[in-house]
Amino acid sequence: MRAETLAALLAELEYEDAVVATARNRDFVRRKDRAQTQIVEGDEIEILVPKQGG
Amino acid sequence: MQDSREDDWQVYGTRLSSRLLVGTAQYPSPKILADAIRASEAEIVTVSLRRESGGSGAGTSFWQLIRELGVRVLPNTAGCHTVKEAVTTAEMAREVFDTPWVKLEVISDDDTLAPDVVGLVEAARILSRDGFQVFPYTTEDLGIAEKLVDAGCEILMPWGAPIGSGRGLNNPYGLRAMRAHFPDVPLVVDAGIGTPSHAAAAMELGYDAILLNTAIAKAGDPVVMARAFAQAVEAGRLARLADPMEPRDMASPSTPVIGRAFTAA
Repeated sequence: MRAETLAALLAELEYEDAVVATARNRDFVRRKDRAQTQIVEGDEIEILVPKQGG
Repeated sequence: MQDSREDDWQVYGTRLSSRLLVGTAQYPSPKILADAIRASEAEIVTVSLRRESGGSGAGTSFWQLIRELGVRVLPNTAGCHTVKEAVTTAEMAREVFDTPWVKLEVISDDDTLAPDVVGLVEAARILSRDGFQVFPYTTEDLGIAEKLVDAGCEILMPWGAPIGSGRGLNNPYGLRAMRAHFPDVPLVVDAGIGTPSHAAAAMELGYDAILLNTAIAKAGDPVVMARAFAQAVEAGRLARLADPMEPRDMASPSTPVIGRAFTAA
């Protein structure tokens, strides 16, 4: 991964147009904050999508 | 006697006519899921957030399907074992599903999937303060229920039996006591329902609604079972409104005794 921000990582993974929610190191990152959210080696990034649930 | 179709109920200011909430997991196919939801006449379905499997876009088609059904969604925090996980999941769900509603689950152990009621109260307090409208998956414990109401919950969802067990109402006495203790709080039996008769029984106890998933999704014919549950929930609700008779210890003839043939004198 070469991305330096969460937004860039999503673009690299081709999630740009998908409906996803994101977290970094178990803290929620709002959609509007992704471009300003720096990511570094070892960060735990969560990308979640709508799924079936009970 | 009022028609059950005019017998609406409300949660967080939203007026609802269906008293059956259904989950969207474990169906054999997306088409059967959609047909079963329509047959259930549910106005609210539960959904979740998960990691993508099968490439980007797999979640999008599910979300598209749900949106086309025109139902309200109630995102859950299923699988969360800590307050922190549940709160973060709720925050993520609010953004994706664009709703303040959250079905709050904080799970204590994987054998029973029982609510961790201590964590539940804490998470409910945090989320309510942050503007969420919390639907807590809890037990029939009245002290915990009081704390949930104090935390800001305007609805309580006690379990019938462990999630996915299909065992019905494990503690009808506790559920009845909860109804009596909270006459004005919407109460929903969530989890453990296996058959329509279980759902009818909960409605006869005076519960406002039923939330279930596996009993429909894992039936041989989920669409027919969804219809069966819709009818059972309505039957149970009508029975509650109609004020059932008290059981008696002894027989009592239902056919009039006076005027029968072969009576002496």
